[in-house]
Amino acid sequence: MQTAFGIALDALAYGMVLFIISIGLSVMLGLMRVVNLAHGAFAMVGGYFASYVTGQLGFGYGVAIAIAVVMSIVVLFPLEVLLYRRIYAASELTQVLMTIGITFVVIGLMNYAFGPTMKMIAVPDLISGPVDLGIRSVPAHRLFVIVCGVVIASGLWFMMEKTTFGIKLRATVDNPAMAAALGVRTEWIYASTFALAVALGAFGGVVGAEILPIEPYYALRYMVTFLVVVSIGGAGSILGALVASLGLGLIDTVGKYFIPNLGEFFFYFAVVIIVLVFPKGLLGRAHA
Amino acid sequence: MNWKGIFLAFAAALMVPSGASADTIKVGIVGPFAGPFALAGKNFKLGIDAYRALNGEKVGGKIDVEFIYRDTGGPNPAKAKALAQELIVKDKVDYLGGVYFTPNAMAIAPLLEPSKTALVVFNAATSAITQRSPYIVRTSFTMWQNTVPMAKVASAMGLKKIITTVTDYGPGIDAEKAFKKTFESLGGSVPESIRMPVKTTDFSPIMQRIRDSGADAVFAFLPSGPPTLAYTKSFIDNGLRDQGIKLLTTGDVTHEPDLPALGERALGIRSTYHYSLAHESPENEKFLAKVKEIAGTLDEVNMCAVGAFDGMHVIYKMIEATDGKRDPDKAIAAAKSLDWKSPRGPVRIDPQTRHIRQNIYLREVAKKNGKLINKEIQIFADQPDSGLAPTQ
Repeated sequence: MQTAFGIALDALAYGMVLFIISIGLSVMLGLMRVVNLAHGAFAMVGGYFASYVTGQLGFGYGVAIAIAVVMSIVVLFPLEVLLYRRIYAASELTQVLMTIGITFVVIGLMNYAFGPTMKMIAVPDLISGPVDLGIRSVPAHRLFVIVCGVVIASGLWFMMEKTTFGIKLRATVDNPAMAAALGVRTEWIYASTFALAVALGAFGGVVGAEILPIEPYYALRYMVTFLVVVSIGGAGSILGALVASLGLGLIDTVGKYFIPNLGEFFFYFAVVIIVLVFPKGLLGRAHA
Repeated sequence: MNWKGIFLAFAAALMVPSGASADTIKVGIVGPFAGPFALAGKNFKLGIDAYRALNGEKVGGKIDVEFIYRDTGGPNPAKAKALAQELIVKDKVDYLGGVYFTPNAMAIAPLLEPSKTALVVFNAATSAITQRSPYIVRTSFTMWQNTVPMAKVASAMGLKKIITTVTDYGPGIDAEKAFKKTFESLGGSVPESIRMPVKTTDFSPIMQRIRDSGADAVFAFLPSGPPTLAYTKSFIDNGLRDQGIKLLTTGDVTHEPDLPALGERALGIRSTYHYSLAHESPENEKFLAKVKEIAGTLDEVNMCAVGAFDGMHVIYKMIEATDGKRDPDKAIAAAKSLDWKSPRGPVRIDPQTRHIRQNIYLREVAKKNGKLINKEIQIFADQPDSGLAPTQ
């Protein structure tokens, strides 16, 4: 019983980490139709800002998250104007080549600026160390991640379904020409969605750093996992990304507990099956 | 008509005269100088530069040495072999050095005997490497060499039941075998051995397994890098340390450049290893002072620098023994009887295995002047490589 509870909790926590760092990619891919292989680099930039702010400048964790998100947008937003704007309508191959190029440039820059070693983001005592839940102790940080995941998922859902911005965004995605004719400033919509994706990436990079430590090759190392979550969930679907993250988290955790030697087998086996049965992802839109 | 044969003979006739008595000795260094493992290559170069700065650019004050660096990237046997071949055939190097990964060393080994080129391995740590060619000398460590003392420590601590968790690849399996064999021979039991996939990012399920196994302690080996950090955090944050389970590791987990990221939570973790930056000796002080002068900081220095430093010592001695002439048999014979004081402590080359014999230290992560260090608390003197099965 205690074991079952432990596994379930670990699975939930790992799934939420996957969700937090993949959702920005899902937004880019599903809503803007950009295969953004630089998403890992966005997350990493956020992580480096946070580590610099906590380490060199001595600010707290909350401030670090805020600064990391804002600074990532400030630093990366020019890319939207200069580069991304040109590839929104381009073929996937063009998008992949350009964004993987950006990834390599960011890796090189970070390696040059901060060196090849891992960077630490100091976590406050409140959310570090174990917390005793009575049945067993769990990492406090994981509970924090679970809360963040819930907040982000519901916040995004609310924004997409209930606000004017969400309506305009969905209109722009479905038919840019018609949306523009009706007075929606589509350029502005694309730009703010890009900023949102950067913000989500940076946030995920900082919050997930306890599990996926920040170092220059972060940008490539975890990209496959992020892409898997998005393709399983269905691009652009918040609920889909959530279901995919939690499901894959569960499969991975259970598999590793019972047969660790088989490693990632269960994870990728599940991916193969799901993609066969749902080629558009669990909750992907038909036209995406 | 055998045109190929005629061409080769012609080419050979053109090439022979140039190599015979060169005034400059060429040393080819292969290692990861770019990409995710560049830290190791950087340390190779640091070790070499520090040795030359301390012992002269010329061997014995008269023989010039030229270095040619080649980047292998990651574990890539085909590329390593091609680069080594190019160094031997085209650049006509007299010695090869470096090599971070075992598969790369295995790929280079068959080239050495036909071309009569000596290779000094600065890192690659699988026991069998030195058996692959009589022209290989190694100045790093092996997993067996570092792990056997940890099993002895565990037994001396009175631990009875230990679970092993290692990364599922060559060195991990070596570590698992070494620990299990030694600990069981001392009367302990290893009820479970978990092999963790190389790409594991979330260690919570492993921690649950350790908890359920009811072991007193866990022995862990992971290659230095992001997984060691995630593993250690998982161990502490899942409450295993608070439950009184001991964590025993090799020094790879508490690798110095990673210590700041592990932070205070690493305090008290015990590991066995052949080199600690905090080793107290005049040789180490001199070595680190020079490294700091060259690199500007000690934050990125690890055991690869000392492996390269000692590797250079072996190469310099081989050049001296052959007086700058290309005579690999004489060079290897000279290397076999070497013993010297390394920054890591007294070391010597084992004439049978051509692997380095050295002290292995039990260390504990401690804080000194606000910096985390691996503090040496016990010495296992003159350890051989116990990983070679007699039949191999």
